[in-house]
Amino acid sequence: MGIDFREIAQFLHRAETEKRAVERITARYPELTVEDAYRIQEELAAIKQAQGHRVIARKMGLTSKAKMKQMNVEEPIHGLLFDYMVIEDGGVLVYDELIHPRVEAEIAFVLGEDLEGPAVTGAQVLKATQYVLPAIEFVDSRYENFRFTLADVVADNTSSSRFVLGSKLTSPEGLDLDLIGVTLHINGEIKGLGAGAAVLGHPANSVAMLANMLARKGERLRAGEVVLTGGITEAIVVEPGDVVTAKLDQLGDVSVVVK
Amino acid sequence: MSEGKDLKALADILWEAEEKRRGGIPLTQVQPDLTPEEAYRVQLINIQRKLDQGQKVVGKKIGLTSRAMQQLLGVDQPDYGHLLDGMVLENGQKIPRERVLQPKVEAEIAFVLKKDLVGPNVTPMDVMLATDYIVPALEIVDSRIKDWKIKLPDTIADNASSGLYTLGGRPTSVEKVDLTQIGMVLYKNGRMVNTGVGAAALGNPATCVAWLANKLSEFDIALKAGEVILSGALSAAVDAEPEDHFCARFAHIGEVSLRF
Repeated sequence: MGIDFREIAQFLHRAETEKRAVERITARYPELTVEDAYRIQEELAAIKQAQGHRVIARKMGLTSKAKMKQMNVEEPIHGLLFDYMVIEDGGVLVYDELIHPRVEAEIAFVLGEDLEGPAVTGAQVLKATQYVLPAIEFVDSRYENFRFTLADVVADNTSSSRFVLGSKLTSPEGLDLDLIGVTLHINGEIKGLGAGAAVLGHPANSVAMLANMLARKGERLRAGEVVLTGGITEAIVVEPGDVVTAKLDQLGDVSVVVK
Repeated sequence: MSEGKDLKALADILWEAEEKRRGGIPLTQVQPDLTPEEAYRVQLINIQRKLDQGQKVVGKKIGLTSRAMQQLLGVDQPDYGHLLDGMVLENGQKIPRERVLQPKVEAEIAFVLKKDLVGPNVTPMDVMLATDYIVPALEIVDSRIKDWKIKLPDTIADNASSGLYTLGGRPTSVEKVDLTQIGMVLYKNGRMVNTGVGAAALGNPATCVAWLANKLSEFDIALKAGEVILSGALSAAVDAEPEDHFCARFAHIGEVSLRF
């Protein structure tokens, strides 16, 4: 009541297109709930779709224990990735197109079957997964200094901005994805590291949670959908000139140059 | 260089702390200008005492291999200590309270050598070629210095804060894995406490072993075939309390566990 979701979505969309950090929306609307925030995220998606952009993947955020504790939440969050956000493996991120990007290494899933919650488990996810592949995600909060509450970041499409998928597809069969070792290198130096379990104990749990969260809205994950499961490393600040490489054991490498 | 410094007296502080099971004062408080070289000599005094009691050296451990630990102590290289037969635990073993003082647990990759490694100029490739196999290890680091108030010379003198260790998993040849990318998950009482990867140890665990072989050459010591080398923690050390159960799962090489 009294909050115009469409207007807030337009405000966040302008921040993205004008590459300008803005005040968090909960400063103006302290009563904004997480449910409201997902409505704003949907409005934001509608604005982008009306401009001809297409949703090509989903992402999970706040999937590490450290981040959930920091934000004081029990559950991760999800957002949408659009075609204009894709950078090819080995391609270029144009720094000036973003505000203050940070980079994370992740495991991406490609579903071979639909997944409909509730009560989807990690094991079901693995059975429904056709491929896994290495991914780099750039998060770029539209809020000043990356400062936000849970509702703010959900409305801001979970800080989605750009992502890179590796060029090698691997079947998850026979892999312990929770034990996949991951290093994130910037200009050859290791800046972040971890193993797959950093994401909710197992990256498949992240996809299961997404399916179960979508079920509350009557939605499901569909065969062919790509899901970025959440950062295994911390988000690291990048600068123009940086060469970013993520190395994932058994899944391969993915890299991008920041210009 | 150690004129006027009674290294034996410093070794006594650590020896007594271990005997009386009560943390001693930092050696760097007694002798503020104690150098790392002198600290290694203090370490050797107490190792020699244990050898005189009939213990045997079975390997070495490398410490301070992560950037975070090095920054914490303000150093830019690792340190090392001796592994003695009395420190070995069985995989899954329950550790009696009296065998530890202020324990923390680290998960690491252990190397078992099939050839001697003699520095200087040993490379990570030399290490891989000299390695019989690798296995997962849990190391219980412990400090004979009260409240872990250590500076670099304190931990070096204290046998690099060694405590106990256990090996587990499956002996695996290094040619089967990429050492830098082996993932690790550490659980305390069934809950994940942290994750890591081989590269957390100086970028490559084999680099740590090469560093050790080269460092030891300064003391005219070689790494011998059959020795066990704990190559350095893959994640931050976790405090242990009585009844705690620790398990580390590694990609490719299996798991290892301990109970206090």
